[in-house]
Amino acid sequence: MNPVNYLYLASLLFTIGAAGVLIRRNAIVVFMCVELMLNACNLALVTFSRMHGNLDGQIIAFFTMVVAAAEVVVGLAIIVSLFRSRHSASVDDASLMKL
Amino acid sequence: MENLIALLVAAPLLGAAVLLCGGRRLDRIGHWLGTVLAAGSFLIGAVLFVDMIGKGADDRALHQKLFSWVPVESFQADIAFQLDQLSMTFVLLITGVGTLIHVYSIGYMEHDERRRRFFGYLNLFLAAMLLLVLADNYLLLYFGWEGVGLASYLLIGFWQHKPSAATAAKKAFLVNRVGDIGLSIAIMLMFTTFGTFAFGPVLEATGDTGEGKLTAIGLMLLLAACGKSAQVPLQSWLGDAMEGPTPVSALIHAATMVTAGVYLIVRSGAIFDAAPTAQLVVTVVGAVTLLFGAIVGCAKDDIKKALAGSTMSQIGYMILAAGLGPIGYAFAIMHLVTHGFFKAGLFLGAGSVMHGMNDEVDMRKYGGLRKYMPVTFITFGLGYLALIGFPGLSGFFSKDKIIEAAFAAGGTQGWILGAATLLGAGLTAFYMTRVMLMTFFGEKRWQPDADGNEPHPHESPSSMTIPMIVLAFGSVFAGGFFGIGDRFVNWLEPVTKFEHPHPPISIPVITGATIAVLLLGVAAAYLQYGRKPIPVVAPRGSLLTRAARRDLLQDDFNHVVLVRGGEHLTRSLVYLDHKGVDGVVNGTAAAVGGLSGRLRKLQNGYARSYAVSMFGGTAILIAATLLMRAV
Repeated sequence: MNPVNYLYLASLLFTIGAAGVLIRRNAIVVFMCVELMLNACNLALVTFSRMHGNLDGQIIAFFTMVVAAAEVVVGLAIIVSLFRSRHSASVDDASLMKL
Repeated sequence: MENLIALLVAAPLLGAAVLLCGGRRLDRIGHWLGTVLAAGSFLIGAVLFVDMIGKGADDRALHQKLFSWVPVESFQADIAFQLDQLSMTFVLLITGVGTLIHVYSIGYMEHDERRRRFFGYLNLFLAAMLLLVLADNYLLLYFGWEGVGLASYLLIGFWQHKPSAATAAKKAFLVNRVGDIGLSIAIMLMFTTFGTFAFGPVLEATGDTGEGKLTAIGLMLLLAACGKSAQVPLQSWLGDAMEGPTPVSALIHAATMVTAGVYLIVRSGAIFDAAPTAQLVVTVVGAVTLLFGAIVGCAKDDIKKALAGSTMSQIGYMILAAGLGPIGYAFAIMHLVTHGFFKAGLFLGAGSVMHGMNDEVDMRKYGGLRKYMPVTFITFGLGYLALIGFPGLSGFFSKDKIIEAAFAAGGTQGWILGAATLLGAGLTAFYMTRVMLMTFFGEKRWQPDADGNEPHPHESPSSMTIPMIVLAFGSVFAGGFFGIGDRFVNWLEPVTKFEHPHPPISIPVITGATIAVLLLGVAAAYLQYGRKPIPVVAPRGSLLTRAARRDLLQDDFNHVVLVRGGEHLTRSLVYLDHKGVDGVVNGTAAAVGGLSGRLRKLQNGYARSYAVSMFGGTAILIAATLLMRAV
């Protein structure tokens, strides 16, 4: 199978994830979209690794997974505490960092 | 002998330093010290003169270099003196008349508690003026030139408690400064053109220099001469300078300082000879000023201001003669010397009259003074006859020569200049006769002043009359001594060159015309002021009279054109500064503020909008990178 199709899939997933981050207000969904983008990247990296015949992309993908796991821990904790204090998981409600 | 030259300057300079720094303990002897040092300078000058006439005509010039003043690469300025026939003439005039005026001031300033300071200033003036005429380069001359300006400022404003005197001093200083700018520019031009500003190299190099540059230098020198010699258009300070004590008017504003401009032009003769345009402007300035001064002199009731108008007019003659080239230089200097005698004598006479009349200067309040002041009357009268050019007296010889030279200028120019000088001679006769008649003849017209003090006219003390008598001798005999047999011309010839003028009409006819014009002027004045009683309050007079009383509107002109013009200029500059320069600065600040106000809106706190800009930015970067690759 042509590896370029995996790249198409990766870019489709990335686009869906990016659109979700920009459009959705629910922090959980935004978070999931970020994960989607990360995984799209992983897919692209692995595909490139396959296309070029070396392991660099696969190794970076492992790093990405580690970072993503750490992110999930921190991110979910923030969202949970945000929800606890505001009774809302909407990202637009957390807009205090403006003048 | 060369070593004596520095002493000429050093003697009065020492006097000035001692008198001005010495303090009150010198009050009792200060005036004697000043006079003795001035006389000492005159004696040194006389010794040098005797030595000089003992030598052949061509090797009379002496040089003395004291030290290098500013030695920088090709810029070499020396404190060095040059004493040739021209400088010698000035040295004797300055120290001679200067000493006489020192003697006169002893009596005139007797009751002034700042007499010591006055003598210090007089000595400072002598030193500066001697430096001016003895310098062997233009930079040192400029030093003396500025020193003269300073001394003049100090002396005009000597009675600084009078606001009018303080203002007059400032006016003289400022107007002189305009001229000084001309001299400094001329010196800079000389340096760029010739690479030096010593007299010798500069004046020898004029032959192979472009006429345009020489014309520029000549015109700048003329501007300088106009400032110092009170020539149109920088003449306005001279009348007001009469606020100073009368000996100052005699010394500075008649006999010596105002002649510095003539000296400068005659000294720079080689430059003007090679620049006919500049020469033409010089003659025009001279002709205009000689008529201007004469017209002003006809209308003034203040005796000193009438004499000041006369000074301006006579120096106009000298400048005109100096503008004629080699046919006129010697005559300019000759008239300068004879004028030094009789004008100093006239001013001292005027001072003597004021001394006897409680410092009254209005001639309408004089009248019939010849009975009360016989010595003053006779010496003033001789000076008067010499000034109007009465045959046989000094002014006749010198002024007649200038009129001849003016006619000899050639072509239409010669006729116009000749006619101007003739007309000036007639006006001179008119205004001086008027002064004479109003002061010494007719009925006495003085009245008690506001405090009820009636003036008691009396003859002045001998310290004042003796200088007047000596100057009267000079007024009578100097012209004949110089003029007969061309003695003066031959004396100056090695320095100034000389060509005999050849006027288009014969010389006896010109002399006859001069005498006729002179008699006409005297007769006109006699008819108006001798036959009829003179009103104590000046009549309204014709339009010309009223204009002449206001110095032919010179101050109004300066006020409207220069003062108002300057005000408008500064106002518009301030406007430009506020609206333009400040506008750009403030506008930039406002624009940056406004822009950042808009940019601030981007910081809205919504995470999603930040994300948009991040995505957008990344997209642009990637697109740009791809684009660059493609290219």
